[in-house]
Formats: sequence, C-alpha cells, structure tokens
Amino acid sequence: MTTITPPAATLHDCRDAWVATLIELAEADRRIVAVVNDSVGSSKLGPFQARFPDRLVNVGIAEQDMVGVGAGLANGGKVPFVSAAACFLTARAMEQIKVDAAYSQHHMVLVGQSPGMAYGELGPTHHSIEDLAWLRTIPGLTVIVPSDRIETAQAIRWAAGAGTPVFIRVSRMGVPDVMPEGYQFQPGRAVELRSGHDVTIVATGTTVSRALDAATSLEADGVSARVLAMPTIKPLDGEALLAAARETAGIVTVEEALTSGLGGAVAEHLATRHPTRMRFVGVPDTFAPTGSVEWLMDHFGISAAGIAAAAKEVLPPG
Amino acid sequence: MTTEDLVPRVDPEAVPVDNLRVLGRVPDGASRDEAVAHLAEAARLVRRRDIEMVRAAGLGHIGGEFSVIDILVTLYLHAMNISPDQLADPERDRFILSKGHAAAALYSTLAVAGFLPPQDLSTFMQPRSQLNGHPARTKIAAIEASTGPLGHGLPIAVGTAFAGNLDASARRTFVVVGDGELQEGSNWEALMTAGNHRLSHLCVIVDRNRLQQGARVDETNDLEPLADKLAAFGLEVVDVDGHDHGALLDVFAQVPAASGKPTAVIAHTKKGHPISFMSDNVAWHHKVPSAEQMAQALAELETSS
Repeated sequence: MTTITPPAATLHDCRDAWVATLIELAEADRRIVAVVNDSVGSSKLGPFQARFPDRLVNVGIAEQDMVGVGAGLANGGKVPFVSAAACFLTARAMEQIKVDAAYSQHHMVLVGQSPGMAYGELGPTHHSIEDLAWLRTIPGLTVIVPSDRIETAQAIRWAAGAGTPVFIRVSRMGVPDVMPEGYQFQPGRAVELRSGHDVTIVATGTTVSRALDAATSLEADGVSARVLAMPTIKPLDGEALLAAARETAGIVTVEEALTSGLGGAVAEHLATRHPTRMRFVGVPDTFAPTGSVEWLMDHFGISAAGIAAAAKEVLPPG
Repeated sequence: MTTEDLVPRVDPEAVPVDNLRVLGRVPDGASRDEAVAHLAEAARLVRRRDIEMVRAAGLGHIGGEFSVIDILVTLYLHAMNISPDQLADPERDRFILSKGHAAAALYSTLAVAGFLPPQDLSTFMQPRSQLNGHPARTKIAAIEASTGPLGHGLPIAVGTAFAGNLDASARRTFVVVGDGELQEGSNWEALMTAGNHRLSHLCVIVDRNRLQQGARVDETNDLEPLADKLAAFGLEVVDVDGHDHGALLDVFAQVPAASGKPTAVIAHTKKGHPISFMSDNVAWHHKVPSAEQMAQALAELETSS
C-alpha cells in the first residue's frame, strides 16, 4: 500500500469554502440570506441561488442599495451575507458600512470577494488594497482576513452567529492550507504558526503562506523567525503583539493591502506600549502597475524573499 | 460604551421643566373625527415640545421638523401596528426616519405616543444624552435604524420590507424621506429594487416641503415630474396634504396597495408649518428661535387648528 501525499503547494480558491459554508448554514437556518450586486458569478453563489432562489436578493449594480438592503434585512430578522467584489463593496458603500452596519450595529456580514490585487491585470480600479486601512477605523466593525480555505469556512460560520456587523475578505487568488489540523478560528486571536526568538513576522490572509516560506529560508540563514497569523485586523490581538515585541528583536507586518492596514494597526498598538523596530511589507502609497496578482505580489516584495529581507532589516546590527 | 454612558446627564439650568402630556394611541373604536382630533392635539403638543427643545439645545432643524410632524403623529398614534410594549415583536410595523435631521420631531412624537419617557426630551443634544442630533438605533429602543446622512433610510426600508415578503408577513414598513433628499442617487437604486420586487408592504412617504437647506428644491436640482418618476419606478403614487390628519390616516390605511405595488405618498407640506414667520421660509431650515419668536410661535400653536 502506498501513501499518496498531495503536493504541498496545492492551492485553493477560498470562494469555494465560502459558498459551501454558506449553503450549510442556510440549510440549518432559514434566516440566512445572500445579498449581491449582480455578483452571483464572482461570488460563486450559483449553487446557493439554485438551492435557495428566494433567499438570494440581487439588487443589481447598486452597492449603496445593497448594503442598505442588507441592514434592512437584518432589521427584519434575517442574517444577511452581503457579497460583492471588495473594491466596490467598500469604496462605493463606505458610508452605508459606517452608518447602516456599524453605527446601527445591525448583525450583517459584509463579504469582500477577490480582495487585494486579485483582479491584478484589471488594474487599480478593481484592486481593493485600501479596504483594511479604511475598515479598521470604523468602530464596532469586526474585520477578518482569513488565510486559507479552512479559516474562511470557520470565519463565515462564526460571523453567522456574531450578532454584530462583520467584514470578511474572501480570497480568489489560490492559497495553500496553512492552518493546523483541528484549528478553531477565534475572533481577535492571532495564531502562532511557527515559534521563533529572533524576529516576528505578522502576516494576514494570502500572505501567511509566504511568511512561512520566508521563515524557512531565514532558518537556513540562522535566523529564528516567529510567524503569527493575524486573521482579525480589528480587534487586534494586542497580547500576542506585545509578547512578540518583548521576546523578539522586531516585527515585520505582511499584507496584500496598503501597509496602513495591518501594518498601521500593529504600529499604532505598539507605539505607546512597547516601541519596536518594524518593517511593513505590503503595497506602498501608489497605484499598482499592470500585472497579474502573482507578478504584483513579487513586484511589491510581498514574497518569501521580500519578507525575509525585511526581517533581516529589523535584526540588531552585527 | 457602557450602559452608564447612556444615562442622560442634564444641566437643569439649560433645559425647561418638562410638561409633555403622553397621549398614546388613538383609542380603539374612535370615530374618524375623534381620531383626527386626537392627532391634531398630539401634533400641537409635539410642535410645542419640539420648539422648546431646539431653543434649549440651541440646535435643531425646526423647519423640516414642523413639516413632518403631522406625518409622524399619524403613523405612531394611529396607522402603525406598534406599541411601546411590543418593540421587539418581529411582526411589528417598521418606521424609519430617513431625514434624520428631524430627530427632535421624532423624539417628541415617540414621547407623546408613549415610546420614550418625556423627561428624556430635556436631554436633547446634552452631553451623553441618548437623544443625539440624529436618531441612533443603539441609543433608543424604538429606533429601527440610525440615520442622518441622506439617502440611507429608503434602502434599509426596502430590506426590511423584503424580509417581510420572505416571511409572508402582513407587517408594513414606512419610511419618510425629504424631497431634497431624493437628490441622493441611493434612493433611486432602492426605488428600482422596491418596484421590481413589488414590495407592496412598503410605504415611501416624501415630505414634499419644496425647500432644502440652501434654497428651493426646484432652484437647486428639481425633482419634477416627481409623481411620474415614482410611478415609472413601479410605485403606486398618492398625493396628500401632509398636514391633514384625516387625509393622512386614510392614505396610510391603504397600505398595502391593492395594486400589489409599493406605495409612494407625496405629502405636500410646508417647512415651519403652521408658524406664520417660519412657514415655507428657507431661512428656518435650522434657525434657532429667539425668546420672542418662541413665545409668538407657542401662541400661534395655541390657536392653530
């Protein structure tokens, strides 16, 4: 008998986990509805629509209406999952997210599909690199960036019962499984995927697997790197960050977003509590050039090599 | 935020002693004339308390409050299936004040109807009051959605009505939008959704006072032909005198419309109604009355029908 080991780099589109989980939830709870802006295909909601045609509310290409209708459905006793391309959901309906979801504290789940630079070649109009920086400033909104299909499914499941508004990024760019067997998502909790004592890499979403690869290459160079996955951007796991700041020489944040998202949040948290040497890996203050998401990730140094280089910069001299 | 943060802290020097009578709903079995008299008295009490609140706070939107008060009292004291002891009932009718800047009118109406302790009105816009300058769902149990930025309430009402449809419920959703507010595109996104989905239990009330903050609506970015536009979006359109309680209660009783469409009520109103020096006067969008002006307004309210 031979044991077949799947290739380590099998990549998964997290949207498959999202829709499978939503259907499971909807089978068990008739309050679950989906709200979309002509985004059935891009949200991979076809099977949901086939199973629950009445529970898919398609308002057409109208994001303000979409988020407002979601809030109204919540007011009417439903648990709405408002699903659209992250770039349009957040930028076009920002005030509805602020007021109708967060300020009103309606229990609704905003699902940002194909976030970051997933729509690479389509250009900066379709990139959602600002979403983390924007949304982490809104009180009362939980912001989750799952790192793989397992965590995506768990975050969706948790959000269905959260009782408060939640934003979840669902990645389109393929990512490998990174969470350990038996992993249970907990809101506001970081996950230490690799222990280390020289430097800490805090990564979120699609960048977690790259951070793990960076830690492996750092080890070959004699550097012990801790890797924290930070699935919840708001609220942050401040304790895990403080421990990393105390126990290692510096922190590198990594995100498929403007560095004012996770990076800014971590820096703000530590600046007054335990000032720490930091480097920020992500998209700088620029509109991206044309290129595929994989090319853009490398272009901006959101790669194992880029992360490892940043980690070496925060090590003490000598 | 803790519960303690929400406890009103009143500066007794800054606010009037409260004198509001809680009228409650029009009694069951009242004749139409009795209902109209009840609503007229309620509207008079609400206007009186509203002007006192604005005067005490030094802030408020008195013009658009006086234009919408007759609509609010007719809804809360007669039309809507809702009462203070069933605020969590999933089958309650819903109301959303999309023109949230008329908050003082809503708060006063809620107090006269018995949904809010009258003494809370004295805290209007005071530090830590639940009575913010725009209504907040997390601060007052009777508020269904926080509003203030224009163009939010109608999409939310569409969602609420949609939920009712999914539940095959008889509950109705009423939303008041200002006419100037209809310049916000989100309303027309929502009207398309409402019409296409035939949300018959939705009633969109336009407070058609023809003034916005800086000028007349038709001098700014005109809405006409408004009734034709609403009809073209698939709504059953009804025109009504928005200060005539009898006409209002008749119109609201028609929801859901027999046609199976959402209802649009164009309520023709005047900002500042019925105060002689405020009525239809753009200067009174958010002007605060002087002591003399308040005295005159209160005197006029005593004699108004």
